[in-house]
Amino acid sequence: MRHSTRIAVGPVQFRIGSDWAAPVAALERLYAAYPRDDARPADATVRLFAARPWRRWLRPSVHIGGDFVVPGALPLPLAMGLLAAEMGMNLQVALGWRRHLLLHASAVARDGRALIMSGESGSGKSTLAALLGEGDWRLMGDEFTLIDPQSGDAFAFPRAVSLKNSAIAEVAARVDAARLGPLLAATPKGDVRHLIPRTDAIAAMHESARPALLLFPRFGGAASIEPMGEGEAFVRLTEASTNYVALGEAGFAALTRLVRDTPAFGVTYADSAEGIALVEQLWADVLK
Amino acid sequence: MSAVEAFVDLLAARLDPAALAPRDWEGVTGVARSEAMLATLAHRLDGAVLPPAIAALFADQRAAAEVAQRQALWEAEMARRALAPVGIEFVLLKGAAYAAAGMACAAGRQIGDLDILVLAADIRRAENALLKAGWEWVKSDPYDDHYYRAHMHELPPMIHKARDRMIDVHHTILPKTHRVTPDALALVSDAVTSVDGHAVLCPADMAVHCAAHMLADGDLQGGLRNLWDFHAMTRDFAATDAGFWGRLDGRAALHGLQAAVHRAARLSRDLYGSQLPEAWDRSDPADAWFRRRLMARDDWGRVTQPLLEQAFYIRSHWLRMPPAMLAKHLWTKWRKR
Repeated sequence: MRHSTRIAVGPVQFRIGSDWAAPVAALERLYAAYPRDDARPADATVRLFAARPWRRWLRPSVHIGGDFVVPGALPLPLAMGLLAAEMGMNLQVALGWRRHLLLHASAVARDGRALIMSGESGSGKSTLAALLGEGDWRLMGDEFTLIDPQSGDAFAFPRAVSLKNSAIAEVAARVDAARLGPLLAATPKGDVRHLIPRTDAIAAMHESARPALLLFPRFGGAASIEPMGEGEAFVRLTEASTNYVALGEAGFAALTRLVRDTPAFGVTYADSAEGIALVEQLWADVLK
Repeated sequence: MSAVEAFVDLLAARLDPAALAPRDWEGVTGVARSEAMLATLAHRLDGAVLPPAIAALFADQRAAAEVAQRQALWEAEMARRALAPVGIEFVLLKGAAYAAAGMACAAGRQIGDLDILVLAADIRRAENALLKAGWEWVKSDPYDDHYYRAHMHELPPMIHKARDRMIDVHHTILPKTHRVTPDALALVSDAVTSVDGHAVLCPADMAVHCAAHMLADGDLQGGLRNLWDFHAMTRDFAATDAGFWGRLDGRAALHGLQAAVHRAARLSRDLYGSQLPEAWDRSDPADAWFRRRLMARDDWGRVTQPLLEQAFYIRSHWLRMPPAMLAKHLWTKWRKR
């Protein structure tokens, strides 16, 4: 393809090709601090392309493809090329990765133990992970958490955090502006702005952590903590996994082990400060 | 050497994997993924010395393919349990059949929908039994539904509501409107029992169906995979049955598919190095177009020759139905866009 770059996030080596220079330049800025091994062949291919040659210039719109393609997926305007790249990377991992059980969940780690947060978009799992990652936690990822079927350990996928809507101002107030990507306004996912993880989180991206706490956050409403049974946690995580079915017995074994060994809670919180306080309280209780 | 050439040469064991630089592999795996053959390649190169990242990727693919095959065979068992009580026996087709029969081409082969063949007389009862057992229609469009029932060789696709898996119930192997009419009764009555108890087509019919699916019905999408199936199965059938190629010729003639079967044999010789008996070892200038279509992928896994792709798409429709009917069909489809 005309423009391309290579990015390694956690265990996944991507190659990303594009018909336009801009999305690749934006990606290279966001991922400049990530380790780069140009001799390593890619695990996953992302393609950002114009459906017709003239659409590279005339009302340019970015189609997302690669190893896996979702038929009928709508293209994005070129101004949102970075979001298209992010969606393309997610798609290839979600549909193609088989080495780990993939959970659609954010995660942070402290002292080699992982806190995993799963929830629908809007639950605040990304924002909580980003904010915790600015404190004394290691950000493992805001989108996917990878569970190793052999050891049961969690592996990180610390892509650039995708901040949305009100979370943008909240996080922007606490970090160096150089760690923020361009504001992508009024995308299909609302306003989006990327946060480059801290360099120590990127440096530690190959280090696994033992799952210690599973949270199912819910943003909005009076603060509460509800213990969650193994069965409910299991069912919710099967729904949050993109490859649970494809992994068959190995996926079942990994997930049952995770919910049996890891205490789970549903938490409701009204704002981020309260969310973080609840997380710290539960973490202290669990590790007692 | 392009990635697709390297991919085909690796399958054919004409290329030493050690001759590829680490970064050459990403084009090869990209092409393999586009052809839904990554796990096939992973099996073919099991034990070879590979860059660590590729060895790890291939190990993942082999493990995943094993799970996928178990799931596909379970789906066949589910169909058996739905159809056996009403006395309908079926023949497994394509990927599930290769897996059920433990064939070499099944190693790592992706299996999509469950394809089964029943007697035309049983098709209504099969439909009812499957609906009762939890399958439901995928398409709700009345024209599509009518089109399938009036003109196709299979029922409209059904999906199981709990397991989310598709089933295609065939009563023959080419559309009713196709210029060629295979002997569907012979396909079913000469079926054989596979190692795991499912009925599958007899070896010659299996190869005929593989060639028909690729060259007489389809537009060569996924052609490299179908051709690999053809190459591997004919090689293995001929190894245990010295009269196989003769039998294949006879069955192909019975079904009116000699041209397609011979072309499949020549193409698998040209691409994968199949050893053909003398009577089959010919050349046909038109094969070049087929080879070009099969090899039309760039290092990013994209189809490189859109006009050729379009031409083969039109060809597949041309073979499937008479011109007046094709015009009416395309007109209806176009108006519904």
